[in-house]
Amino acid sequence: MIGQTAPVGARTATYAAALNEALREEMQRDPRVFCIGEDIAVWGGGGVYGVTKGLVEEFGVGRVRDTPISEEAIVGMSVGAAAAGLRPVAEIMYSDFLALAMDPLVNQAAKMHYMFGGQASVPMVVRSNSGAPGGKAAQHSQSLEAWFMHVPGLKVVTPATPFDAKGLLKSSIRDPNPVIFLEHKRLYQTKGEVPEIEYLVPLGRADIKRIGRDVTIVSNQTMVLKALEAADDLSLSGIEAEIVDVRTLKPVDMETILESVRKTSRLIVAHEANVFAGWGAEIVARVAEVGFELLDAPMMRVGAKDSPIPYSEPLEMAILPDKDALVAAARAVVAY
Amino acid sequence: MIDDLQTLYRLMMRIREFDSRMQVLVNAGFIRGGAHQAIGQEAAAVGVCAALDPDDLITSTHRGHGHAIAKGVDVRPMMAELFGREGGCCRGRGGSMHIADFSVGLLGANGVVGAGIGIATGAALAQSLGASGRVVACFFGEGAMNQGALLENVNYAALHALPIVYVCENNHFAMSMRAERATALANLADRALGLGLPGVSVDAMNVVAVRDATREAVQRARGGGGPTLIVADCYRLEGHHIGDPLNYRTREEVQHWREQDPIARCRLKLAAVIGDAEIARIDAEEKARIDDAVAFAEASPLPLAATAEEGVYA
Repeated sequence: MIGQTAPVGARTATYAAALNEALREEMQRDPRVFCIGEDIAVWGGGGVYGVTKGLVEEFGVGRVRDTPISEEAIVGMSVGAAAAGLRPVAEIMYSDFLALAMDPLVNQAAKMHYMFGGQASVPMVVRSNSGAPGGKAAQHSQSLEAWFMHVPGLKVVTPATPFDAKGLLKSSIRDPNPVIFLEHKRLYQTKGEVPEIEYLVPLGRADIKRIGRDVTIVSNQTMVLKALEAADDLSLSGIEAEIVDVRTLKPVDMETILESVRKTSRLIVAHEANVFAGWGAEIVARVAEVGFELLDAPMMRVGAKDSPIPYSEPLEMAILPDKDALVAAARAVVAY
Repeated sequence: MIDDLQTLYRLMMRIREFDSRMQVLVNAGFIRGGAHQAIGQEAAAVGVCAALDPDDLITSTHRGHGHAIAKGVDVRPMMAELFGREGGCCRGRGGSMHIADFSVGLLGANGVVGAGIGIATGAALAQSLGASGRVVACFFGEGAMNQGALLENVNYAALHALPIVYVCENNHFAMSMRAERATALANLADRALGLGLPGVSVDAMNVVAVRDATREAVQRARGGGGPTLIVADCYRLEGHHIGDPLNYRTREEVQHWREQDPIARCRLKLAAVIGDAEIARIDAEEKARIDDAVAFAEASPLPLAATAEEGVYA
């Protein structure tokens, strides 16, 4: 699917509603699927961002489980339930709180299949949300996806559009491995095409959201939308950017990225997470290793500065990456 | 559910032989990375598992060979696992701290203190959601009593009356940390009061006492009455691991507990029923079983280096 605008007559839905449909469809399809997390059943009819809206009415309190504030137990129990044959979808209200559940994710879920010689599998999804929604400050705004990419045994998914959010969540629930599924707070109310017929988006495949010839911008989540805006600006001065939405960070689709760089010879990686040791470093390193000959300019990374996310608006804006940073980076690599 | 004393004795002897032989094999360099022995804690493992049905589930700890043997894991693949062989129960990928055998309901030992509590509680939630009628027994040491996972998960299990029995093996030491130096409560079972579930203490140098206490807890769990915390009072007769400096307790203290050795106590009772000759025969059989396990392990091939990166994902 290319671009954000839906064809005339196509059904549109918000990112939150698309995720809600994915959960509902998978719960209807497979009685082993259940949801567990804080304020997912009662609050506002289902979830702080409405992703679990109405599920408790349809599936009952057994399969849509409101928990106490116990992140380690939410994830730890999900590991045990998955190892015992169920398909839990845990929700951690803010990805910052995943820090409270690191042992069950990193030492348990990620290891069990390998460490037990293949006799166990842990088919679970941990849904949470990344990113700065504006004014939520240092403990409710982080983008921590790189933490999880560094752990063998975990998969990491970061959808940008309603279409991808739904299709990727359905694939994640059907995957036999632990999947960290990171939504984004600023995307929940964005709208896009979501077909009424059932579909899946496979894990491990990037998507070209805009075709271009001059520079490749690989990005995820909100930075895909900002890259598309930047591409419109750049186009006015004759620079055509190709926007690759990485979608799944692990496994990552290097083939699509390298194919794009082969065409454009220039690469920018953009994410909302801070640049230092962010996932962009891995992409740039891999392209340097296997695609060095393809490049006509140094690769660049665009992301947040190396700081906690501040509260006050001008400070927050100074830390987070914006469209202008993307435009400037693109102009710099094209002019190199 | 195991009723006869002879089987209880035999299983305890198997654990003792396994972990004693392991010490020799570690010191001789056949087993790498060190290992933790459950010597002195055999009655806790065997007593708890004797109260379970074969399709009930358990989670275990870093000191877990006893739990595995008591739940029915074959000592051949267990020993091969310690040898790092392809014939090990985890194909040599796990080692001593990660013995698992899902075919007999062992959902895994664990190298992180208290981490099995979440897994066991989730497995119990799965039994509850699927109305399977199965119960989960969750082993951990008194060193896990002050881990946050205990509060979070036990609260949840009590809240939803999940079919689980939490078994705290109080072997009195977390490495060098004596239980009284770690926990303000004099009676560890009292921790259950604050979490809303029954807590009982049992003399875990007595296998029958452990089995009977567990049987009651299992009945409650299976009947929808929710979890129980059992504090099984035992003693770690050997070090934390093979090679422990053991500078934190006296010989006199250890001797005091050796006199209550759970296997010696069971042997006395059993001798009155079946006679010394029959007991000597059981001892010889279990020793031979471990000889056979070592031979099996030695004959099992080492994994191929080319397979090291396989199986990270299902």
